[in-house]
Amino acid sequence: MSRYAYPAWQGRPSLVVRTAKIIALAVIVALVIFPLWAVVSTSLADPQQVIDNGGWVIWPSQWDAGAYREILDGGIVTRALLVSAGITAVGTTLSLTCTIGLAYALSRPRLYGGKPLLLLVLFTFLFPPGMVPLFLVVNGVGLFDQYAALVLPFLINVFNLVVMRGFFQSIPEELLEAARLDGAGEFAMLRRIVLPLSKAVIAVVGLFYAVAYWNRFFEAIIYFNDQTKWPIGTVLRQYVTGGAALAEGGEGTVSSPQSIQMAVVVLATLPIVCVYPFLQRYFVKGVLTGALKS
Amino acid sequence: MVTVTPAPASADRKPDEPAAAPARPGRRQRIRAGRALYLLLLPGVLYFLVFHYGALFGNVLAFQDYVPFLGLRDSAWVGFTHFERMFGDPLFWSAVGNTVLIALLQLIFFFPAPLALALLLHSIVGDTIRRFVQSVVYLPHFLSWVIVVALFQHMLGGAGVVNGWLADLGVGGIQVIGDPDLYKPLVVAQVIWKECGWATIIFLAALANVDEQMYEAAAIDGASWWRRLWHVTLPAIRPVIILLLVLRLGEFLSIGFEQFFLQRQSVGAEAGEVLDTFVYYTGFAAGDFGYAAAVGLFKGVIGVALIYAANRVAHRFGEQGIYKS
Repeated sequence: MSRYAYPAWQGRPSLVVRTAKIIALAVIVALVIFPLWAVVSTSLADPQQVIDNGGWVIWPSQWDAGAYREILDGGIVTRALLVSAGITAVGTTLSLTCTIGLAYALSRPRLYGGKPLLLLVLFTFLFPPGMVPLFLVVNGVGLFDQYAALVLPFLINVFNLVVMRGFFQSIPEELLEAARLDGAGEFAMLRRIVLPLSKAVIAVVGLFYAVAYWNRFFEAIIYFNDQTKWPIGTVLRQYVTGGAALAEGGEGTVSSPQSIQMAVVVLATLPIVCVYPFLQRYFVKGVLTGALKS
Repeated sequence: MVTVTPAPASADRKPDEPAAAPARPGRRQRIRAGRALYLLLLPGVLYFLVFHYGALFGNVLAFQDYVPFLGLRDSAWVGFTHFERMFGDPLFWSAVGNTVLIALLQLIFFFPAPLALALLLHSIVGDTIRRFVQSVVYLPHFLSWVIVVALFQHMLGGAGVVNGWLADLGVGGIQVIGDPDLYKPLVVAQVIWKECGWATIIFLAALANVDEQMYEAAAIDGASWWRRLWHVTLPAIRPVIILLLVLRLGEFLSIGFEQFFLQRQSVGAEAGEVLDTFVYYTGFAAGDFGYAAAVGLFKGVIGVALIYAANRVAHRFGEQGIYKS
């Protein structure tokens, strides 16, 4: 046991308290990790073992990537992954560009009309557009069955905008003033001074956007007639409700469909788990700057 | 539009001030100076105008007998018919009841959970352990509801892990997924699993700002751990607790859509319908767009009223409340 620096007034807690805390934390961590682990091992287990065990496996007796090979073989899941990746990449880029532009302009104190514009934007946070009117607008601008229907209606998130504007406002005005004296225009200042200083907040907001785009599934149901355009979330939902139907039946007819289903869950989760460690150190700071402002 | 344009103020002031830097540039100058900025904000403002204000205007279909072929312009106006129908619709009231009940359960069980977890994490002195636990509990926030629902089904479903264990132990299985009676506890448990860790962030930040000297003084006075928690920690983070509580009240009807949309079918409408899914099923599944829009508009108006009221309450408690106002 290593010795941690307890404050002098506190004293080391008793053994009972420490043990209780360790157990509590271990249980909490297990509650998060274990379901994820159960999914991964079921997806990678030998199909026969999954069948024998009634649809789940905690520790595969034999590892088998067959389920992945099957769904990555150019079928609907493969296409859905590509669709999601594309929407995430394009959407995040567009969202960041527009959010940075709007946040920067609204962070300049001298912008004429800045205040009313800011209020215009913030009001949308109080009164979100209803599901049905938004559907009419999206159709009205000709986005039905277009990938853009998963991007354009969500281009800017007010919370992300407020976070970013708050960060831009905290950049010292003198820095920009100096650049202005050197003859830099707004674009040059944005590119050479503001953006390099804002890497952390751009990373956080970019992550939030990317996760939102990657996780989007519902809109494809109402906007897409063409199921081949479905992103991974929508396809996964199909598997999930399929699983629900099987569970309702109560009979143990579930077999390797479980491996397939869990493999889709893993593939839908993987990108998030992969970028998570890299961006994690930024987002607490990012969220707090935003939370304090709003 | 502007017919009366006074002579530029700088003309009068010229003698007093250096000509190069007028104290307050006129409107035209300011607009000219901001050209690049207007270009930068244009896409964003267009987005809000089209997809937010356009949709806000589209709410007029709540007062129409909307026919897709005719569009908003030519559909017949029906006044408040949809709203009258809404108040007499038992399915609507059932959705309201479910929404309010789930929101209440969330308030009782979900709201205190992050506070408890934050207190636990804060009391861990070891930096490595705390960071590790934090990174683990933040993770579910980034998973989509589809994944969370799939995980819960894999764990608790009829052919899931927990039922498998129970069978191994010789105990009969429990049917959690798909049981209307257990639906509400289930969805609250899912919210706790997904968002509890993330919600600790603000509490942890507040706890980190509590003055160390207060603890010292309390400890010297002989206060036990519990007394320090009760008399120092909780009062110190009271503003944050109240603020979050008030915000939560302001969003009372917005308990989320995707989670319920994904699971409503497994328990049926009577137990699983909330306001947002009601809008979806009447509008998109049944094609009753005008009525669905009316319900959506009703929810939006109540939502704004709740936020306004919550903000007033926050002010009464002497807190800053929500942004602006």
